[in-house]
Amino acid sequence: MIPLNHYLLLSAFLFSCGVLGVAVRRNAIVVFMSIELMLNAVNLTLIAFSSFLGDATGQMLVFFVMVVAAAEAAVGLAIIIALFRNKQTVNVDELNILKW
Amino acid sequence: MTFEQGVFYFLAAVTVVSAVMMLLQRNPVNSALYLILNFFCLGGLYLTLNAQFIAIVHIIVYAGAIMVLFLFVIMLLNLGDDKRLIEHLGLRMYLGIAFSVALLAELLYILGFSGLESAGPLSPASVEMGTVEYLGKILFTKFLFPFEMTSFLLLAAIVGAVLLAKKKLTE
Repeated sequence: MIPLNHYLLLSAFLFSCGVLGVAVRRNAIVVFMSIELMLNAVNLTLIAFSSFLGDATGQMLVFFVMVVAAAEAAVGLAIIIALFRNKQTVNVDELNILKW
Repeated sequence: MTFEQGVFYFLAAVTVVSAVMMLLQRNPVNSALYLILNFFCLGGLYLTLNAQFIAIVHIIVYAGAIMVLFLFVIMLLNLGDDKRLIEHLGLRMYLGIAFSVALLAELLYILGFSGLESAGPLSPASVEMGTVEYLGKILFTKFLFPFEMTSFLLLAAIVGAVLLAKKKLTE
């Protein structure tokens, strides 16, 4: 039997990895992958609680998170393609045209 | 150590290692491949939690669709020379590391006080809960409205993706 805490520990670590990736990496595509990593960490938490509590609502929520993640990936990658066409770079430090 | 525990700790270890390796890779293609490994292991972890449907959907959607999209975009952009993407260790990088370590410490601190170490085994209801039948039933009854709303979301995403990727923004 695996305690619930171990799933939550794993999830916390994965989420922190995602935050680290968003904060440190400068390649927009890798930043995007880190966001997916964070979404998955939360999904793991939701499913762990869902299974330990015997309530399927958590699994339904994961289902909707996946839909949002798919939509987000499609639109985000389209934005990256459009940005690359215009600026010839995917370095997030150079993409500062929205600066105040 | 039982078989169940062995599977869990193996999958957890591979998940952690692949997540860290994803961050350390310089080439985005390698990052994407490590992320795919990470997704497969997470699918396995979902199976250990009796969430069969979510595990399969997770592998189809993430490893199948989203990561193919990522790899496709990486190949399409053809980021040949890495000189444009030099990631040097600046003050911001150290701040990022400090903040994410602080976040991890906070999460571990919260978990330490949660009292969940004594949480019992998986709920007996979870065995039938992860099946397509059970989830389908509640998806089309209790969660019908959010399910219908996702169709709008996906439609908006399709239109947005096509519009953004179609032509140059300056035109």
